[in-house]
Amino acid sequence: MSLSGELIAFLGLALVAILGGVLLITLTKVVHMVIALVFTFLSIAGIYMLLSAEFVAVVQILIYSGAITIVMLFGIMLTKHQEREEPSKGRWGKFSLLLAVAGFAVAVYLGIYNLHIPVQPTTLHEENTKQIGIELFSKYVIPFEVMSVLLLVALVGAIVLAKKDDKDEEGDQL
Amino acid sequence: MTGVPLSAYLVLALVLFCIGLYGALVKRNVVIVLISIELMLNAANINLVAFSKFGVTPSITGQVFSLFTITIAAAEAAVGLAILMALYRNRKTVNVDEMDSMKH
Repeated sequence: MSLSGELIAFLGLALVAILGGVLLITLTKVVHMVIALVFTFLSIAGIYMLLSAEFVAVVQILIYSGAITIVMLFGIMLTKHQEREEPSKGRWGKFSLLLAVAGFAVAVYLGIYNLHIPVQPTTLHEENTKQIGIELFSKYVIPFEVMSVLLLVALVGAIVLAKKDDKDEEGDQL
Repeated sequence: MTGVPLSAYLVLALVLFCIGLYGALVKRNVVIVLISIELMLNAANINLVAFSKFGVTPSITGQVFSLFTITIAAAEAAVGLAILMALYRNRKTVNVDEMDSMKH
């Protein structure tokens, strides 16, 4: 199979994505781990581009490499940001976990490695955002509205959870 | 035209999912565990978008579903961080091994 441009792009993006994941596992400083994962999120956005999902790719960049990374960095900075990851599990425990995950990977790989579905021509790349909008507001209106309620609930819940309850602390000190 | 086959995308998603699973099980910092879970959700999203293009009946539905998943993941990250803040204020730790007050 000759190297088409799509294949080269896929291989590059996949390499960067997996490299980011491996760095997440191997780095010792917590902040560096989160920064490494930004590369993974960005290259996943590139993968979405290859799959003719432009809108999802832009949403991925906005939400993941923008919002969620910043929120996680806030979480680190507000707690122990000097923290280095010290291994508390023994070498043996880590090894057995690695073995279990590898077993899972092999089991799933056996299921998908010769999966052949005939490729059909699609029109996903033509006016992608318009198609998503039409689908969302004609078939999935109620899930969309429920999603907005869920986001509101998450917002209120996060504020209530993270709020400093002064009354309880005074009660503890007494 | 010979493009990238479906199984290549599925294998990439599988590798990312396994990295996320290993990170969530091995890492001791709560933030890293949370972000590993985000990585696993992302791997599932790749599958959704890949099947929306290469599936038996290609349609835009997979992309719409992946948008829903991204929304849920964002809400989950926010609530998880809020719980982390509350826990850190009370226990002064971010280590998952020390968060075992409901175990005993």
